[in-house]
Amino acid sequence: MKKLLSKLCVSWVLLVVATLKVTSLQATEIKAAVAANFYKPVLTLVDHYQKETGHHVQVSAGSTGKLYAQIKNGAPFEVFLAADQQRPRLLVEEGLAVPSIQFTYALGSLVLWSNNPELVDGKGEILKEELKHIAICNPKTAPYGAAAVSAMKNLGVYNKLEPKFVEGQSVGQTYQQISSGAVDLGFVALSQVLVDKQLNGGSLWLVPNELYSPIKQDAVLLKQGSNNAAAKQFLAYLQTEQSKQLIRDFGYDVK
Amino acid sequence: MPDITVVYLTLKLACVVTLVLLIIATPLAWWMSQTQSPLKSLIGAMFALPLVLPPTVLGFYLLLLLGPNGPLGSLSEQLGIGRLPFTFTGIVIACVVHTLPFVVQPMQNAFEAIGKRPLEVAMTLRANSWQVFWKVAFPLARPGFFAAAILGFCHTIGEFGVVLMIGGNIPGETRVMSIEIYNHVEALEYGQAHWLAGGMLLFSFVALLIIYSLNDFTKQRLKLCA
Repeated sequence: MKKLLSKLCVSWVLLVVATLKVTSLQATEIKAAVAANFYKPVLTLVDHYQKETGHHVQVSAGSTGKLYAQIKNGAPFEVFLAADQQRPRLLVEEGLAVPSIQFTYALGSLVLWSNNPELVDGKGEILKEELKHIAICNPKTAPYGAAAVSAMKNLGVYNKLEPKFVEGQSVGQTYQQISSGAVDLGFVALSQVLVDKQLNGGSLWLVPNELYSPIKQDAVLLKQGSNNAAAKQFLAYLQTEQSKQLIRDFGYDVK
Repeated sequence: MPDITVVYLTLKLACVVTLVLLIIATPLAWWMSQTQSPLKSLIGAMFALPLVLPPTVLGFYLLLLLGPNGPLGSLSEQLGIGRLPFTFTGIVIACVVHTLPFVVQPMQNAFEAIGKRPLEVAMTLRANSWQVFWKVAFPLARPGFFAAAILGFCHTIGEFGVVLMIGGNIPGETRVMSIEIYNHVEALEYGQAHWLAGGMLLFSFVALLIIYSLNDFTKQRLKLCA
């Protein structure tokens, strides 16, 4: 009986080892760091990619600044989808990313949004009125915050509104501050207020492109991923027509 | 060099929050230490919730609660106080909620450590309950109060997630040290971040050193009493 048991155990272990070996040959793990604003679209993209290739993508979302600091300090990411161009460029300069593979995967669109359906008009005239507070994300660290500031400057309302700013640390936090009604209105990303290509409640003004410099979001292949063919393949997949359409559906522009 | 208004605002917040908490937590801790009520566990568990809830979650629900559509928000609007989120008062409320268990626990422990006997003796000597508290319980539990105050103060100094959500990073109003450090790190201004973080570290270490020394001092004194 004992002999039989031990034989069974040994064969089971062998079976498990063999299975693991086979799967590791077929599917590769890709570790991706993704800016928080692109988390939802990337999950859908990854879903499609995994179905097509069988490779597995592990997604970690965070603020671009934090992810950058983590990568600099040895976080094991292979692919980085940032919310700006600055951090990928810095990583390339610091020798932590592959210079030849850096491209803009999405362009963010800025909107002025309120969860009150009556408040924001289609021309942004509300900005000229007396407001109690207006929510933006930190212009020093968040690209959407910087874009909001330049849009207000170009409209000539910045000096009037600046004392009324309520800052979120990320565009995600700014969205929560507005959706909870704690602030009447503020600047967020178009991608946040769309659900299935439709405006998810409230009222918005799509800020015209000429009022702010484009919010370019760059992707880069990190040094750790340079030997992982699947990581390169995933970045190429982001640039296929099918992926671009999907990214547009989420409220981004793609060139 | 760090911005002085940020440091001043942080210390002001910590002082106000500690003071408010001492006033709220003392009767609560006293009641918890003396009561036989079946509600004790329920209330205790309820007030310990901020220990386990992630600060950002707590901050988000406080935002809903204090926002114009929330019960507390509409109340403050009706009373003419105006909206509380994104004001100094708002972050005081948020910090009080989040730090309450850190202040109640040491006080309650200190009251429970006294035991029934000194209080009963005082009562047989015709002390009323007011006198029992102020002349017997409070002096014996004083180190617990120190520890509670310092713990509350330090916890507020390091408060981040809740203030981030309720405060909105307004200079001179809600921008405190922890948020300023975060801002510097995010903006890759590591030099300024090091300054602030170093100061905070030193300050916290000294405060904790005081707590532990007090703890030892109390033990020595109790040994003498025994």
